[in-house]
Amino acid sequence: MVFEYAPAPESASVVDIRESYGLFVDGAFTRGGGEPFKTINPADETVLAEVACADEGDVDRAVRAARKAFDKVWGPMPGAERAKYLYRIARIVQERARELAVLESIDNGKPIRESRDVDVPLVAAHFFYYAGWADKLGHAGFGTDPKPLGVAAQVIPWNFPLLMLAWKIAPALACGNTVVLKPAETTPLTALLFADICRQAELPPGVVNIVTGAGGTGRALVAHDGVDKVAFTGSTEVGKEIARTVAGTRKRLTLELGGKAANIVYADAALDQAVEGVVDGIFFNQGHVCCAGSRLLVQESIADELLDRLKARMATLRVGDPLDKNTDVGAVNSAAQLAKIRELSASGEQEGATRWSPPCDLPDRGFWFAPTVFTGVAQSHRIAREEIFGPVLSVLTFRTPDEAVAKANNTPYGLSAGIWTEKGSQILWTAQRLRAGVVWANTFNKFDPASPFGGYKESGFGREGGRHGLEAYLDV
Amino acid sequence: MTYFGDAEGVSTETLTGAAELRAFLHGLPGVDRVGAEERAARLAGRSIKTSAKAAAIDLAISMVDLTTLEGADTPGKVRALCAKAARPDPDDPDVPRVAAVCVYSDLVDVAVRALDGTGIGVASVATSFPSGRAPLEAKLADTRAAVAAGAAEIDMVIDRGAFLAGDYAKVAGEIAAVKEACGSAHLKVILETGELATLDNVRRASWLAMRAGGDFIKTSTGKVSPAATLPVTLVMLEAVRDFRAATGRQVGVKPAGGIRTTKDAIKYLVLVNETAGPDWLTPDWFRLGASSVLNDLLMQRRKLATGVYSGPDYFTLD
Amino acid sequence: MSERPGKHERLSVRKTYKLYVNGAFPRSESGRSYVVTDAKGRFVANASHASRKDVRDAVGAARKAFGGWSGRTPYNRGQILYRIAEMLEGRGAQFADELRTAGLSKAAASAEVDAAVDRWVWYAGWADKLAAVAGSANPVAGPFFNFSTPEPTGVVGVVAPDSPLLGLVSTVAPAIVSGNTAVVVASEPAPLPAITLAEVLATSDLPGGVVNVLTGRRAELAPWLATHMDVNALDLAGVPADAVADLEEKAAGNLKRVVRPDESDWGAEPGTARMTAFLETKTVWHPVGV
Repeated sequence: MVFEYAPAPESASVVDIRESYGLFVDGAFTRGGGEPFKTINPADETVLAEVACADEGDVDRAVRAARKAFDKVWGPMPGAERAKYLYRIARIVQERARELAVLESIDNGKPIRESRDVDVPLVAAHFFYYAGWADKLGHAGFGTDPKPLGVAAQVIPWNFPLLMLAWKIAPALACGNTVVLKPAETTPLTALLFADICRQAELPPGVVNIVTGAGGTGRALVAHDGVDKVAFTGSTEVGKEIARTVAGTRKRLTLELGGKAANIVYADAALDQAVEGVVDGIFFNQGHVCCAGSRLLVQESIADELLDRLKARMATLRVGDPLDKNTDVGAVNSAAQLAKIRELSASGEQEGATRWSPPCDLPDRGFWFAPTVFTGVAQSHRIAREEIFGPVLSVLTFRTPDEAVAKANNTPYGLSAGIWTEKGSQILWTAQRLRAGVVWANTFNKFDPASPFGGYKESGFGREGGRHGLEAYLDV
Repeated sequence: MTYFGDAEGVSTETLTGAAELRAFLHGLPGVDRVGAEERAARLAGRSIKTSAKAAAIDLAISMVDLTTLEGADTPGKVRALCAKAARPDPDDPDVPRVAAVCVYSDLVDVAVRALDGTGIGVASVATSFPSGRAPLEAKLADTRAAVAAGAAEIDMVIDRGAFLAGDYAKVAGEIAAVKEACGSAHLKVILETGELATLDNVRRASWLAMRAGGDFIKTSTGKVSPAATLPVTLVMLEAVRDFRAATGRQVGVKPAGGIRTTKDAIKYLVLVNETAGPDWLTPDWFRLGASSVLNDLLMQRRKLATGVYSGPDYFTLD
Repeated sequence: MSERPGKHERLSVRKTYKLYVNGAFPRSESGRSYVVTDAKGRFVANASHASRKDVRDAVGAARKAFGGWSGRTPYNRGQILYRIAEMLEGRGAQFADELRTAGLSKAAASAEVDAAVDRWVWYAGWADKLAAVAGSANPVAGPFFNFSTPEPTGVVGVVAPDSPLLGLVSTVAPAIVSGNTAVVVASEPAPLPAITLAEVLATSDLPGGVVNVLTGRRAELAPWLATHMDVNALDLAGVPADAVADLEEKAAGNLKRVVRPDESDWGAEPGTARMTAFLETKTVWHPVGV
């Protein structure tokens, strides 16, 4: 008996995508001075909408609006009142959850199961969590009356568009800052829907400003003199550029950048759960995850058995329509990203690693890449060192715990890592030695607003989430 | 030597076997409960619609072991159940028949006569169901009586006390003895996972039962809460998958108890499909131990066929 | 009958001020030195004039020492920092002399030595409390135990301020108390207390390489620290305002954590910011289940 699941598409009718979108500045949608750009559905390459592009003048308007709101309204407002606005936002996100999830999947390509079950619930949770801090900042360990920084410039990536927005805006507002946020140019739509949520919440104009555009808009925002704080999530390359831009200024900086996480599977691991964790670690969100477990380090004595199980499990992954509720792996976000994944995968073969993908029918239109695993990978291969940011897993083996830790740490990155073993002392021993900001032991890719997230080394600095996440937005 | 049960009169070879069994079971990879529950919940979230749902409902009906296991069971009750098994929906002859009828051993003959000519087998619980607390000889006598009365399948319970005391050899020995008493009848081994408590124990008990000769492993008696759950069934499906890979022998799985709705039943089918694989998606290798689920399956089946929601008055109660 | 020694004034034995690298006191590999004068411009000593290769060696020593030092128990690190305070107290007079040479009044020099001793004591007490204050158990919404612990970031480059003892101690102690190791560029005009402090460190059970002290030209040495890819963080306390931007830009090469110079009052209670600036937060998740 072959049990074929019939298509189970989520209805796109809950979303009303307009033909064109403006910038959200000082509480109103306005035109942009730059050349408008189109955002497309990566699953079928259809144009979704035309979006305004903010030029330097628009960025300046937005920063001024944020400054005025900071000076006149948001800064002086009691924390308890700020809290209530954030709670309102959290509630409206919950009320409009399905709409946000569908729009996110359409604009980003991620499976509806993830946007519905992971992204959007975490967005609401993040606002709810930081709302509670707004009137308790004196208890957070940063002095009895910590002050906000002022205007925060925030630049976010395309892999978790709305969730990264929440990670940025919620703590900034809770601490009393106002923000100018630039979403990624391939995924601006949920941020613009969020602007509408701010209006429904009657958030004072200028507290949240959304400027859409590409790299030029981001550079203008980061470089603007009126900005007190810069927060960026994205590539390490751009993160370094931003660090150079703010050098010598008063601007505070936090960066959440790339990663090449090791997922270490010891011989005594709970194998079936480890396989699930490896799959979740690299194929969650098409591997477009900075903390993805992109290097599987498996103890050599169980490598064959684990790989057999992994391949069998990969064969059950359902790749396709992001809006189908049964889809596990959706579309790659853009043609450019697909080209990068293909190029690095080709280098993996050239350098001598063995490539494998399960049989997998990919749609004709759109940007697709089959879940892929490389075996026989050495530390020296590009696919073991460079962030691929796609559904591509590099498998390496180790013999001893020391070797596992040494290989795991042998990278300029240090964002996350995974450990799979049934032995408690081995978990703690390994976790202590891994130079990474988040260590998932016997689980992977878990996120929570109460849990600090951020990297060591070239994965950036500063933490988002939890009490620690407040520090980035307070004058401490 | 309580380790290996009653060591008196047991040969050295058996002792070695007992030690080997223990080492083997304790050497199985662990199960992380949170991860297993997450995986089961993920699979339970699969959306099964339209044509897939219609096929799944008919498949689920054909896998039902329609069960009555009450102290108040009578020949009349059993005959009524058998009639339902043969014609689940009197209004619709296209509805598949169920896989088997499951009764206590003393009512096997009633069921066998009632099902004569239907092709539906009779399964009998045995071995002092549900507690399993009886001397081995009594359990074997129970089994032999059921087989003699025409039972095609025996659903035995393991000695959970012995299992939890670490006396794996005793549990294995009893299973092997009951298997022998079954003759050609199929043996389903009930682990009573609600009493084993941990998923590590479920995995060990599954392997123990398979190694000892069980043709099926079954979650529960239905008399202990929790009965079948998705994570427990997931672990058992992983066990039969791995056992076949290791030995070449395929063993069936039967979750029993607590499966009440079509939605529940379909979740189990998805679990089978994505864990053990399509080879298990037949009544030969997967059963649902249940009774009330049948009417819900019939009701959902009619909804799909007619497009309107039906009601319980339109389905027979037996 | 032996001759009686001549009756003349004894010539003092001067100290050669060298670098402190990997627990030893080498001269600069460059063989260079520069003249240190007192407040009135009189010759005091020739200090080593360290080179980029001395920076390289010092960073190497600091990296080598990092695993061991960060692996010590916090209690042990606290004891060693306290031991430094004890040793410094015992050499108080020597430091006071050097501070007076640098221009402080007798009372001010003595007060600064006392404050420096007390600062080590203050930081010693932090070693086994930092994790409790900066760490947390995080109540995540799921069956997981989740905790965050502070960990040292690695090798910290310290460009020490011109407060030659208290400022120095106030930048070195917060870097190493949590398990970091340090490469320190001493005050350029007043480097001597830094080398004397190194002698204290060398006799306080502080493992070699945990603190490395270089003397020389800030403008020459700081860029090599800022660009070094095996340095994890920088304290720019002693960097003049017009040099900060360049060093920050260089530090971006491997995304060093940077503490910018500010108008620090080294006499005030320091707070925790200088310690937490050189900490990473590691968050560990584990399922809870049977």
